[in-house]
Amino acid sequence: MAIFRSHVLVCRGTGCSSSNSEKIQKKFEDKINEVGLEKEVKVIRTGCFGLCEVGPIVVVYPEGAFYSHMTVEKVDEIVEEHLLKGRIVKKYLYEGSIDEDALKSINEVNFYKKQKRVVLRNCGIINPEDINEYIAKDGYMALGKVLTEMKPEDVIQIMKDSGLRGRGGGGFPTGVKWSFAAPNKADQKYVICNADEGDPGAFMDRSVLEGDPNAVLEAMAIAGYAIGATKGFIYVRAEYPIAVHRLEIAIEQAKEKGLLGKNIFNSGFDFDIEIRLGAGAFVCGEETALMASIEGKRGMSRNKPPFPANKGLWGKPTIINNVETLANVPQIILNGADWFRSFGTEKSPGTKVFALGGKINNTGLVEIPMGTTLREVIYDIGGGCPNDKAFKAVQTGGPSGGCITSEHLDTPIDFDNLIALGSMMGSGGMIVMDEDNCMVDIARFFLDFTVDESCGKCTPCREGTKRMLEILNRITKGNGKLEDLDTLEKLAVNIKNTALCGLGQTAPNPVISTLKYYRDEYEAHVVDKKCPAGVCKGLLSYEITDACKGCTRCARQCPVNAIEGKVKEIHVIDQEKCIKCGACIEACPFNAIIKK
Amino acid sequence: MQKGLDLKAKENEFRELKEFIDSKRDTKGILMQTLHKAQEIFGYLPEEVQKFISIETGMPMAEIYGVATFYTQFTLTPKGEHTIGVCLGTACYVKNAQLVLDKLIKELGINVGETTEDGLFTLDATRCLGCCGLAPVMMIDDEVYGKLEPKDIPDILNKYRK
Repeated sequence: MAIFRSHVLVCRGTGCSSSNSEKIQKKFEDKINEVGLEKEVKVIRTGCFGLCEVGPIVVVYPEGAFYSHMTVEKVDEIVEEHLLKGRIVKKYLYEGSIDEDALKSINEVNFYKKQKRVVLRNCGIINPEDINEYIAKDGYMALGKVLTEMKPEDVIQIMKDSGLRGRGGGGFPTGVKWSFAAPNKADQKYVICNADEGDPGAFMDRSVLEGDPNAVLEAMAIAGYAIGATKGFIYVRAEYPIAVHRLEIAIEQAKEKGLLGKNIFNSGFDFDIEIRLGAGAFVCGEETALMASIEGKRGMSRNKPPFPANKGLWGKPTIINNVETLANVPQIILNGADWFRSFGTEKSPGTKVFALGGKINNTGLVEIPMGTTLREVIYDIGGGCPNDKAFKAVQTGGPSGGCITSEHLDTPIDFDNLIALGSMMGSGGMIVMDEDNCMVDIARFFLDFTVDESCGKCTPCREGTKRMLEILNRITKGNGKLEDLDTLEKLAVNIKNTALCGLGQTAPNPVISTLKYYRDEYEAHVVDKKCPAGVCKGLLSYEITDACKGCTRCARQCPVNAIEGKVKEIHVIDQEKCIKCGACIEACPFNAIIKK
Repeated sequence: MQKGLDLKAKENEFRELKEFIDSKRDTKGILMQTLHKAQEIFGYLPEEVQKFISIETGMPMAEIYGVATFYTQFTLTPKGEHTIGVCLGTACYVKNAQLVLDKLIKELGINVGETTEDGLFTLDATRCLGCCGLAPVMMIDDEVYGKLEPKDIPDILNKYRK
């Protein structure tokens, strides 16, 4: 095996790939060949490094030099200076990784300091398209241990002891779920990996699949052994082409090595995995809808019971686990339940990956021990809101969750605490909002999403959410009444209590939580007819200030001729005619037009 | 629904679809994959293609139409030469993706889900594209444009107008 003195790790996660990291990788390879270093330096594509905000990211080992905001143009200099002459190109390093001119180790960088990487341990470190790299990082050791040393009931016991709870949002104990399916007798059982990550603003599962696909395959085989299943399905969004591609490669390589297929590790255990693609339906993240979709039908949910553990895919006993849940499994088997319990809290052991986004300086993927406070995540890791804006709320749980206010920022994050605050863990999206975001508009945004994604089977969800959206639309357009707020609350409770599946039962949450914490904003919309954040168009008025030089540009741009004024005199907007399109603001070279 | 697809002219495409269906005869629950394949081949799912799948697989037309219309990724009408997808995930939305979308609607003169008269652009509002670090984001075909502002739109569109 060839030994290289230096490794250039190029992030090929979705964020960095979208900003050209493929070309950067190619350029590194070409340039390294050109200067004749191809036997000394190896270029490796990896999964997501997490700090997407400063991407594309390239890290050069052994120094651990963390180059941020990479471009193709910077490659020549890095190869010539750093790789050829051994001089790190400091001006291109991520500024958070330099301390008084010395290079900090990556674990000392603020963004990573408070993180604990269990699920993401291989992301940004190994090449996800080479199974050997996974094996070198103890990959498939857990499967080997399970198949050669453990009985299925021991596997389930260790999972129960670990206290691992479903990371897809529900928080149901994984070991208990497996123990329901294990005793059921059937000619065929199934293990399904739910990779239908539909929550807007959440991309943890995608990053795991793109950065460490083999961990998920290994865990599925372990689960299969534990419950007596020989067949697995991965249901993944078609919107994730890179993840699908890497899974295909991983499955093929695992089969070649005999780590999937017949008689794995000579134990007599068979396990095979097939990928099934979704086609853009959020409801398919709900387990009964997901199974319907794998069966090739419309993805509509059904009543439970019967639970999938008894009657699941094609009526056979089935367990469904989320990607992140599964990615924990091999580590738990290898290191034991006590090790896993050494992170996190009593009732929510382990870590959780969050996709930090919205109005935050360090957008990206973070993995923290449960029990870390929201404040630590948003300020210490995330670096707070950009442009000195005031923090307003953090939204967790996607369309099923709620908004958490600044007074609750010191709450330790775990499944139960977030529910107590009227939100939920969800799959791990964490969207930060600042003073410029209107909470009524955010509630409307989520309702718009659920109305669109409701499968239409049950009335409360199909009709109820629609009525709520109509009311919210009315309020954001300035036609709301005070009674509307009570109607919203009543509808919300009714839908929560009567909808068929998780989608409908949680759909009102964004409205309930914003009404609870930001009622004053709702009241400003319906009583004063004002949008305090200046977002809701119908409630805004555009005005021209004294800064106007009378250049007439705005008047020429206005599509409805609502602006009047003579050349070199201050112009005026006719509020009756104005349609609030904002064209004048864009046209004004003097920033003389403001919206209130 | 589009009528009158020239079956003769599409002989090769139908053969490719048939080969796919034949290769999967032993696999259970294959309709979704078949529709994905058909859309990859034809660009959309006209009635003739659905009928063809129905005859080949023995599945009722109603079931195929039901599935094809349930999922947002399947389309029964042809798309423009370039598909613009503006991400309306939460991270993009709180960073003013709506203004980007409004600008596109204005520039193209079409609404979401429509295609321009010259057949050059189809405008879609998509779910989270998963590159929230670049919010607000849009995709034109496979190209991602990040950290957008409404004023960037005309120049980007012109690249495709030639």
